[in-house]
Amino acid sequence: MIRTRLVAQRLAFLFLLGCFFFNYPLLSIFNQGGSLFGMPPLYAWLMGSWLFLIALLALVIERKHG
Amino acid sequence: MLQGWVVVLASFLYLGVLFGIAWYADRRADQGRSLIANPVVYALSLGVYCTTWTFYGSVGRAAANGIGFLPIYLGPTLLFALAGFILYRMIRVAKANRITSIADFVASRYGKSQLLGGLVTVIAVVGVIPYIALQLKAVSNSFTILSNYPEIVMPAAAGAVPLFQDSALYVAMILAAFTILFGTRHLDATERHEGMVAAIAVESIVKLVAFLAVGAFVVWGLHGGVADIFARAAEVPEVARRLTRADTSASYGSWGTLVFLSLFAALLLPRQFQIAVVENVDVKHLNRAVWMFPLYLFLINLFVLPVALAGLLHFPAGTVDADTFVLTLPMAHQQEGLALFVFIGGLSAATGMVIVETIALSTMVCNDLVMPLLLRLRWLGLAEKADLSGLLLEIRRWAIAIILGLGYLYFRVAGEAYALVSIGLISFAAVAQFAPVVIGGLFWKGGTRDGALAGLAAGFVLWAYTLLLPSFAKSGWLPEGFIAHGLFGIELLRPQHLFGLSGLDEITHCLVWSLLANLGAYIGVSLLRVPNAREARQASLFVGGTDLAGHTAWGGSAGVADLLPLAARFLGRERAEEAFLRHARSRGLKSVDELPGDARLANFAENLLAGAIGSASARAMVASVVSEEPLGLDEVMNILDEASQVRAYSRELEQKSQELTRATADLRQANERLRELDRMKDDFISTVTHELRTPLTSIRAFSEMLHEDPKTDLEQRTKFLGIIVSETVRLSRLINQILDMAKLESGRAEWTVSAIDVDEVIREAADSLTALYAEKRVALDLDGLHPGLTVMADRDRLMQVMVNLLSNALKFVPTDTGRVKVGAEGTASEVRVSVTDNGPGIHAADHEVIFDKFRQGSGGTDVLTDKPQGTGLGLPISRQIIEYFNGRLWVESAPGAGACFLFTLPRQASDNDAKQTQGGSQ
Repeated sequence: MIRTRLVAQRLAFLFLLGCFFFNYPLLSIFNQGGSLFGMPPLYAWLMGSWLFLIALLALVIERKHG
Repeated sequence: MLQGWVVVLASFLYLGVLFGIAWYADRRADQGRSLIANPVVYALSLGVYCTTWTFYGSVGRAAANGIGFLPIYLGPTLLFALAGFILYRMIRVAKANRITSIADFVASRYGKSQLLGGLVTVIAVVGVIPYIALQLKAVSNSFTILSNYPEIVMPAAAGAVPLFQDSALYVAMILAAFTILFGTRHLDATERHEGMVAAIAVESIVKLVAFLAVGAFVVWGLHGGVADIFARAAEVPEVARRLTRADTSASYGSWGTLVFLSLFAALLLPRQFQIAVVENVDVKHLNRAVWMFPLYLFLINLFVLPVALAGLLHFPAGTVDADTFVLTLPMAHQQEGLALFVFIGGLSAATGMVIVETIALSTMVCNDLVMPLLLRLRWLGLAEKADLSGLLLEIRRWAIAIILGLGYLYFRVAGEAYALVSIGLISFAAVAQFAPVVIGGLFWKGGTRDGALAGLAAGFVLWAYTLLLPSFAKSGWLPEGFIAHGLFGIELLRPQHLFGLSGLDEITHCLVWSLLANLGAYIGVSLLRVPNAREARQASLFVGGTDLAGHTAWGGSAGVADLLPLAARFLGRERAEEAFLRHARSRGLKSVDELPGDARLANFAENLLAGAIGSASARAMVASVVSEEPLGLDEVMNILDEASQVRAYSRELEQKSQELTRATADLRQANERLRELDRMKDDFISTVTHELRTPLTSIRAFSEMLHEDPKTDLEQRTKFLGIIVSETVRLSRLINQILDMAKLESGRAEWTVSAIDVDEVIREAADSLTALYAEKRVALDLDGLHPGLTVMADRDRLMQVMVNLLSNALKFVPTDTGRVKVGAEGTASEVRVSVTDNGPGIHAADHEVIFDKFRQGSGGTDVLTDKPQGTGLGLPISRQIIEYFNGRLWVESAPGAGACFLFTLPRQASDNDAKQTQGGSQ
């Protein structure tokens, strides 16, 4: 539940993580020629980290409280 | 087979199906079996964020500068990570206050200001019009291209086509008609549109599937997979430069700007607010949307870059507009069915956006702009009219038509100068102006109506000057010199290099100036004065989530007779009566007439009206019939104070109660100890009394004998007097020891601590007892002593202990054969002294007992009956003394094997110094 403070804070942490993933300076590391999994590194990084972030969001929000 | 009429027919069929879905969902809603009360539907309906901008424009953007299309979708992902802090609160607040639009939200937050609601509406309408134009452009272009099949012809410039041959005009008209049918069939008190949401959710699926279909076709149908496309693109230098970004700080700056711009847009665009907040059925649905909506965005962007690259590889440069690759690639490969499906997908994207956006805007125009104005015009006599619900619907229909008309106008004027994405970004920058007042309003109580007005106005003016007007100038509707040389030729006022700021792209440049002015004015002007009563009340509702249900803004009272007709005028008689009846039942009353004319009823009516005409107008209308006792600042502050005091008080109470629990436990413990001590004291007194009475009795008995019989012979008399004297000595020794004991126990004993040679003290004690030992002919062996052992202690007290132990030993050893041996040895940390005798020994069970007061060991006999001499206080006192100096005193013995009393004292002196200053405590 989003209502609990802890979950909201975990999500906010993912927000910060996303800000880091999707911005300078991390992007400049991947901004180069060559190929990663058959894709340009920047494209592969953005799509990969985006999907990873979505998976984390789902994990945090859908996890049942034990 | 893709003639114009086929495309038109397919389009109408699709719109008809949508309408059917909406109709069915509305019917289900009326039956109370909502189709959209489902988190997945909620997440899908949020997909209205993806318009033709996404469907066609992203590919165009990607063809122009590679990955640059992506920030627009990363921003909303980040927004949903913050859902717990922003969206969740917005939905809660909106539900509690019956907020129906973003204008309503802002107006309500800053004291239900009609002026503020109006300003937000104007900004939203002006700001979003380019966005609507974008949809018209995309749909009419895709229609034109598709209907020219099998040739691929780029549409002519919009301005060049005569008005009535322009397909965009017809698209606008059809969309207007469709939206009016959709959104304004009846007036809902909560301004929710279940049917519309269901249709939007279906459209989200259609456009996603269409885009994935074309993506799959391009990637696997035309090429050998994603890697193949990237590999080929890398071979063509002209295309390959899209694979990386220009690595400059400005490029990353504008990237970051777009991420945060889209974050705000996904929250503040009127249609996003409508779907995410107003149409939200249950705030719990937000949970699922937190990851599902970002996942939707991810999927719809999956093939954007591959399709863009494939388009660039396929079509010679400059022949085909990259914004149309999604459509032209299937057409170029004779995929008629796929092309038509793509067109329908694009239509879905456009209609979804236009329907929700214009419905949201028309609600705002009606509630926050037109109605307040009309109600002010007294000569129209609207305030007295019986039924206004028809008028409300009429206003909204006209608003929809006019907004689409303006969208078309913008398309004709400026649509050609920009690619799809650039047009959309103008709108994004406009709605970003709401960010300070909305987000600030959720977290900061100090914002005032004046501050919000100033901030919005400043931001809006700068946005228009730096972004909107240049878009007109580029299209030739304003002189070109306006951009190049600034207003009136003043270089500093060049709209895209304001005050000489350069090096930024136009969007970032606009946001820097407009948000700076916006935020500055909002905060600065807000700080000019304290929020007034109404602002403070609303602030506490929005920020603190303070539940003021029990309190009310209405000081006065009004009866059902006034409020019901008022509500009926805006909602229609039937709906109003139904709502009032529900309210009456919720208060446990049978009929509407029983409702008391209290403030709660006025509040209910205001909330009810707020759903239909906006919070600011609703307040004004209720005020017109309720004899409102204006709520003074003091009163509101009282309410708020009360609320916060109650909160603080309850926290305090909780704390107190915890403290109390702790204190109770402590008290109970103390009490038990007290009782124990009390019992011990009783024992002590009874024992002392007993001990005192024994010598007293014998003194008295012998004295009486002497007194009564004066003829007692001398020998007898001497004997009796001897007993009396010895009993008196015993008595006074006993009393001395009791006093001593009391002193030790109460901590009032005086101690003189100094370094003492143990050997010396023991010898002195032995010397003082030499006579007694000699009398009983007991040998005292002092051979086990070593000189030079030093401890920190009170010399007299230590002496007392030694004398006690030695005389104790003497008492128990047999006459003539008795032997008492004293030893002393030192370790690194302590000195250990032992006094060993060859007396009868002590039972293990008595080893501790003998240190209790008035208990004496005596071989195997009962401890209290057969008493040797002594008071029974010597050992307890000795133990107290030794323990005072941090030592231990104990006995080691077995019956028949003699007894050995031992005590230790620490050699270090440091501890004892501290003790000395405390004056002793035990």
